[in-house]
Amino acid sequence: MNLREEQVLERIDRARARKPRVREEHITLAHGAGGKATRTLIEAVFLEEFANPLLDPLDDAARFTVNGGDLAFTTDSSVVAPLFFPGGDIGDLAVNGTVNDLAVSGATPLHLTAGFILEEGFPVADLRRVTASMRRAAEAAGVDIVAGDTKVVQRGKADGCYINTAGVGLVHAPPSGDLRPGDAVLVTGPIGEHGVTIMLARGELDLHADLASDTAPLNSLLADLRDACPGAIRKMRDATRGGVATVLNEMASGAGLAVVVDEDAVPVRPAVRGACELLGIDPLYVACEGRAVVVLAPDAVDAALAALRSHPLGADAAVIGRVREDPPGLVLLRTSFGGTRVVDLLVGDPLPRIC
Amino acid sequence: MRFVDEYRDAGKARALAASIAALCEPGRSYTFMEVCGGHTHTIYKHGLEDYLPECVTLVHGPGCPVCVIPMGRVDDAIHLASRPEVIMTSFGDMMRVPGGRGSFLDAKAAGADIRMVYSPLDALRIAEREPGRQVVFMGIGFETTAPSTAMTVLRAEAAGIRNFSVFCNHVTILPAIKAILDSPDLRLDGFIGPGHVSTVIGCEPYRFIARDYGRPLVVAGFEPLDLLQSIHMLLVQLAEGRADVENQYGRVVPWHGNAKALDVIGATMEPRPYFEWRGLGFISHSALRLRDAYAGFDAERVFDVPGGRVADPKACQCGEVLKGVLKPWECKVFGTACTPETPIGTCMVSSEGACAAYYNFGRFTRERVREATR
Repeated sequence: MNLREEQVLERIDRARARKPRVREEHITLAHGAGGKATRTLIEAVFLEEFANPLLDPLDDAARFTVNGGDLAFTTDSSVVAPLFFPGGDIGDLAVNGTVNDLAVSGATPLHLTAGFILEEGFPVADLRRVTASMRRAAEAAGVDIVAGDTKVVQRGKADGCYINTAGVGLVHAPPSGDLRPGDAVLVTGPIGEHGVTIMLARGELDLHADLASDTAPLNSLLADLRDACPGAIRKMRDATRGGVATVLNEMASGAGLAVVVDEDAVPVRPAVRGACELLGIDPLYVACEGRAVVVLAPDAVDAALAALRSHPLGADAAVIGRVREDPPGLVLLRTSFGGTRVVDLLVGDPLPRIC
Repeated sequence: MRFVDEYRDAGKARALAASIAALCEPGRSYTFMEVCGGHTHTIYKHGLEDYLPECVTLVHGPGCPVCVIPMGRVDDAIHLASRPEVIMTSFGDMMRVPGGRGSFLDAKAAGADIRMVYSPLDALRIAEREPGRQVVFMGIGFETTAPSTAMTVLRAEAAGIRNFSVFCNHVTILPAIKAILDSPDLRLDGFIGPGHVSTVIGCEPYRFIARDYGRPLVVAGFEPLDLLQSIHMLLVQLAEGRADVENQYGRVVPWHGNAKALDVIGATMEPRPYFEWRGLGFISHSALRLRDAYAGFDAERVFDVPGGRVADPKACQCGEVLKGVLKPWECKVFGTACTPETPIGTCMVSSEGACAAYYNFGRFTRERVREATR
């Protein structure tokens, strides 16, 4: 390592720390993929206008106190295609999305709202399937859907059905929020199943695998975890768009610390690994809808794993890495092959490689 | 996972690394080019450089097909895609590659009908399903992907599908390697040959590299142990004072290539007199176009294509990076003006490009990363 290279890398760090700008004239799909482009859009457009102390941390839910009660409040929209896929559909995704955002904020979800944007011509039978699935998901999570809204748009102006949910929850013991060197990084189950299931369900790949979406409500699992290691949880996030890699990057850059992940320790089912190998996609970037990344104090690891693994949703929970001091803001991967590399935020969606 | 994990064994890697280190003469440095972008990807994805001694440097060559597409061609493709009757179809790799005025993703956002496909046959199926539209397939890639494009043209002809055409940007690897070898500031000691391309063209065509330029070449597979073994084979040749063409990827690459695939290419395509490569400039006989007999499937002849040329930005030093003269981080704009979000040059475009790979995966010095992951 020479001095000049070090200087160049410092220059890059300064460039990366600059305020982001949206250079595109139009919204592209990358802006919705959860990676760098999404981050830029949020910071340069939404935060620019909406900035306030509750929003600014860009956590999964805003936390505030009303009349002495600690509340968490959040929202989530679902726009998945196809609407029905192995393991779930847009309905349970919409419920679980908001439930999980509340759960990782340390809250018990209480009430949800549901807003529907329906396309002219959408079969009522399909809508009934979706709402039945939402009811089941709400029951499973122990929440009620207490308010709603319906809009119908002309044929061709929407893809069948879009659902927005918002939810409020009661905060018990929120994660402390401060990562420290030495902390353990866990995932609550095998990663990438939802994203790969959706890719295969679109039927464009002529690939078939025995896979189902991992969509699930995480509140009871995370409540068990909280009870098993009170005060030890630093941060929790559900690894949706952008996958575990994106969550870890946001944690590392937020804390100004490094996260070092052991590739061998990351639980990935063989069918997910196989599909990702074929497509040239890294499972670390593939979306989950029922998996959380948890950072906790190192002495709480045994209790945490025991609690997670005794819950049906956490049977394959594993420690995948550690928080380190250096290099600040980066996620590093110790590869199965025995090498190391940086795991950066993607610009947009992971695109299949052909060459 | 069978057929994968055995080529990623860390124990075997350590053993190979030790004998690689033993082969390096003290005080001598070795610079090898991996020609293929797939190799670059493997090197970074698995952290392969951690196994190499400091005196071995890998230079990432021009074998990333989307990286070498010049901006003018991207603009031409977007021009085609913007015609109301056209459905442009493309591999995912191409979607983010910027032309002079944005990428396919930008054009799609602005209203062009651009669809991602996984094979040219998917594009042909769209043409069958939508007879009222003109389906254009963005043909990119080396000899690896050219046969599937050629087969699709033959199939379209056999099925009488007339609303399908190819915007042909297929390139050939040998002229590019020759251009690099002819460059006066060449600093390479040997080549890691492209495995996928070689399944089609075989190993024989690389002979001139050893014979005329005295550089060894080892055709390599895409797993990390394949690459380590190839580097080992190159070092053995250098230690013995030899320059030969060798095949490390014998489990996939036949020495004489795939005659059928070459026949299909030859039947439908012919070399262009010259073609522009992003970063390398014009190289003669380095690309393919459809033969006159298939003009009806050639988007450049079916439609009016502007054929504009956009000069590579002045600040961009991709050419030097591709030839191994500069390391990615030595480029003036690396990581500041030129990033994966806003690439200026070819090497930053695809995750297989040298600069993008270095920026995404290797931005941290080996020492610091080693320290952190110990």
